[in-house]
Amino acid sequence: MSGSDASTPARSDANPDRGSPRSGGSAGRAALFREGWLLVLPALVVLCAVMAYPLASIAVRSISQPEWGLQNYAWFFGTPVNLTVLQRTFTISAWVTVVCVLCAYPYAYVMTVVGPTLRVVLILCVMVPFWVSGVVRTLSWVLLLQDSGAINSALRGLGLPPVRLIRTQTGVVIGMAQVLLPFMILPMYSVMKGIDLRLVQAARSLGARPSRAFFSVYLPLSLPGVYAGAIIVFILALGFYITPALLGGPRSTMLSTLVQTQVLSLLQWGRGGAMGVVLLVATLVLLALAAPLMRQRHKKTGAR
Amino acid sequence: MTMSPFTRVLLGLCCLLVALWLVAPTLVVVPMSFNENKSLAFPPKGFTLDWYANFFSNPEWSSSLFNSLKVASLVAVAATVLGTLAAFGLDRMKSASAGWLRMILLTPMIVPGVVLGIGIYAVYLDTHLVGTLFGFVVAHTMLAIPFVLIAVSASLEVFDKRLELAAASLGAGRWTTFRTVTMPLIAPGILSGFLFAFVTSFDEIIVSLFITSPYLKTLPVQIYSSITRDADPTVAAVGTILFLATTLLIGLGLVLFGRERRT
Amino acid sequence: MATAVPTLGRGAAIGIRSVSKHYGGFAALSDVSLHIEPGEFMTFLGPSGSGKTTTLNLIAGFTDISGGHLDVGGKSVVGVPAHKRNIGVVFQHYALFPHMTVGGNVAYPLSLRRVPAAERTERVKRALEMVKMTDFAHRYPSELSGGQQQRVALARAIVFDPPLLLMDEPLGALDKKLREWLQLEIKRIHRELGTTFVYVTHDQEEALVLSDRIAVFNGGRVEQIGTGRQLYDEPATLFVGRFIGDSTVLRGAARSDGTGTALTIAGETVVTDKRLSGGGVPVMLIRPEKLRLQRRSATGAGDGLNRLAGRISEVIYLGSGSKYEVELADGSTAIVRSPLGDESFAIGDPVDLLFSPADAKLLADDRSADTTLT
Repeated sequence: MSGSDASTPARSDANPDRGSPRSGGSAGRAALFREGWLLVLPALVVLCAVMAYPLASIAVRSISQPEWGLQNYAWFFGTPVNLTVLQRTFTISAWVTVVCVLCAYPYAYVMTVVGPTLRVVLILCVMVPFWVSGVVRTLSWVLLLQDSGAINSALRGLGLPPVRLIRTQTGVVIGMAQVLLPFMILPMYSVMKGIDLRLVQAARSLGARPSRAFFSVYLPLSLPGVYAGAIIVFILALGFYITPALLGGPRSTMLSTLVQTQVLSLLQWGRGGAMGVVLLVATLVLLALAAPLMRQRHKKTGAR
Repeated sequence: MTMSPFTRVLLGLCCLLVALWLVAPTLVVVPMSFNENKSLAFPPKGFTLDWYANFFSNPEWSSSLFNSLKVASLVAVAATVLGTLAAFGLDRMKSASAGWLRMILLTPMIVPGVVLGIGIYAVYLDTHLVGTLFGFVVAHTMLAIPFVLIAVSASLEVFDKRLELAAASLGAGRWTTFRTVTMPLIAPGILSGFLFAFVTSFDEIIVSLFITSPYLKTLPVQIYSSITRDADPTVAAVGTILFLATTLLIGLGLVLFGRERRT
Repeated sequence: MATAVPTLGRGAAIGIRSVSKHYGGFAALSDVSLHIEPGEFMTFLGPSGSGKTTTLNLIAGFTDISGGHLDVGGKSVVGVPAHKRNIGVVFQHYALFPHMTVGGNVAYPLSLRRVPAAERTERVKRALEMVKMTDFAHRYPSELSGGQQQRVALARAIVFDPPLLLMDEPLGALDKKLREWLQLEIKRIHRELGTTFVYVTHDQEEALVLSDRIAVFNGGRVEQIGTGRQLYDEPATLFVGRFIGDSTVLRGAARSDGTGTALTIAGETVVTDKRLSGGGVPVMLIRPEKLRLQRRSATGAGDGLNRLAGRISEVIYLGSGSKYEVELADGSTAIVRSPLGDESFAIGDPVDLLFSPADAKLLADDRSADTTLT
């Protein structure tokens, strides 16, 4: 006999002693379910009106304008420039993700081991860019990276040759990675702070060198946070628009910019729609593929 | 975890560089906003407050600020109400379909902005909502609901449901229980949802770029068009003001929150 | 004490008749009937998932019954929502409102009942006095220890003078010393208030200390209702016999005749003067103090006593005596308690186990009792 009625998950769902007793009974549960639906409904209506319906109308335009058929998709996948941009979008997103993982991992780890005051400072450093207008942040990068910007002025001052950063892929990656870094650090931090450091000590006591203990114990336990952050960053990067538009040039155009050009400048709703659908489908497929990775959590053993 | 001094220094250095990378670029706008030249070239020369004066006197800038404040306030209220209701609803359903519904309600966070932008633009063209306050509010509300949902759900998650049973056993009806027990305990979640919703709208640029019109521009749209059109240092002044305002707000929040916890 | 006088004897009776509760296809309670007298201290005792907390939730109104009748204070409460039942509840993990002070928590039910401010202050003060927490009125629950929080929870549940107080494992999360002290406190408060108390626990010792009567729950049914002494001396089922106190269970080939029942265990035969009424395979249950140990070789006053051979497998010194575990020839274990001053034995000693035929209870075998209890 262990524990008490209320703390023993005897019959998971049916156990009368767990959770809210009010949710008991099939009739009561159905009533609560209906009530829940009613509460969710208003948000759902807004979502349908300004997300589902617009996306559907874009999908329809992509196969109906200028005429019914798949010619817009044929055009998209038949034009080398588009494929280059599609590939570049994925490459840049991948680079941004890699840069973010490498920078965020030590940062998030340090957040878990420092004292409370320093931790607040580190959290603020992550949050401040979050709270500063995205456009302004991109503007800052323009000021830093442009040919007459801060970095090149500094280089000139040191007598070094200037580096071309603005309107290059490197510039885009630097700017995007900074904007997206908080999305990587926060999930990593939330997983890492749940890792029991005594496990690492246990590995050390069993004879593992520090590096070995890190790679065999700490790293695997922190991976769910890394996956979660990486997926979020990659997906957000795929759809980035402002930063590549301001920091990039013709050689670093991403798919979003192309969509915008087709619709606003060329009024090609069909072609723009087809590109949008490709971008959306790519995002959703990636998310569906990656979701199991994010959900994987090592079950904690023992008392919490 | 025990670390060698070398690892310790290396980690600290990495951390410092990342922190610098996160915060420093934002500060570049501050010196540029006092630049006497009408350019954004580095380094700034001289000292002037002209660009600040321009921000407040030029109707293009001041009206866009006003529009943004108006839209963001309405969005914060609407999204907080809808998102909180939805969070309560999902909390009640507690089933597989609730999981799906939650995912659906969170999709605005991952749908690429431009795709949403052209979609909403297409629908708004048909319904004559381009450049209207209502159009802005509805679109931004949709984008802000996920943030409210996440914040309120998180506080509902840690909310001890037995407190509601305790209140009932002491004689409180459903509404009284909600008002005196549930509401005060999840208020921090609702408040942070409200702030997130406000910021989401105030900061929103991609969808706004599509549904804007010369008659209704929000501040980010104005900043964006200023950056792409000319090198007007007013944007640096705007950036500095926004940066200072948010820093002040956060600082104030920290002080208030810290004091509340001490007493 | 002043508070005790007006409430004395105002406890509500509870009538539970053929109550059942289903969750989907799972029956949490089936056909439970029990009556609780006004002012009685009744304990629901049983293992996890036995239905005792479900019954408590039904009385409190947190769950609706699926069938049967439920009366509190002579009136049916079926369909009456929890907040209109006027029943005090003390929860397992206290469930104090973290955003209110101790005083605020205790005043909460009074302000819901629109008690005037002056009277409210007075009654809060008296309730806190009763649980000896007066000095903590301005603290927040998070600043109190577990035992202190539990006393506040108790004060909050009695401040509005409910005729019935329900307690769901209120001491479950506390350590042993504190539990024992709070048990006595709860007993004292029950005496002073005269309210009906219904107490849920899985701890049989706690049940014996506190209760006027105990209802033993198992698998969604009530196995037996009675005083602690009745349950210990005359268990109605093997489950009750094993759940309350230590016991030795003897199983073997059974043979009944007009004078009693004989059980043959690994070649040895023991007898009792009882017969099993009703069906089932008979087993014997003997309390540890009714067993006596004797060295194997010794011959003694064994006349008319049952005798079983065994070997000491464990010795536990208890202070007031010793407890022995004896492995019998069929591999089962007998538990013997011998008082201080009796001959002592060491592990491995071959012994004879002696008991009077009158001391062996005869019960129907129920293998499920073994599994639920381990």
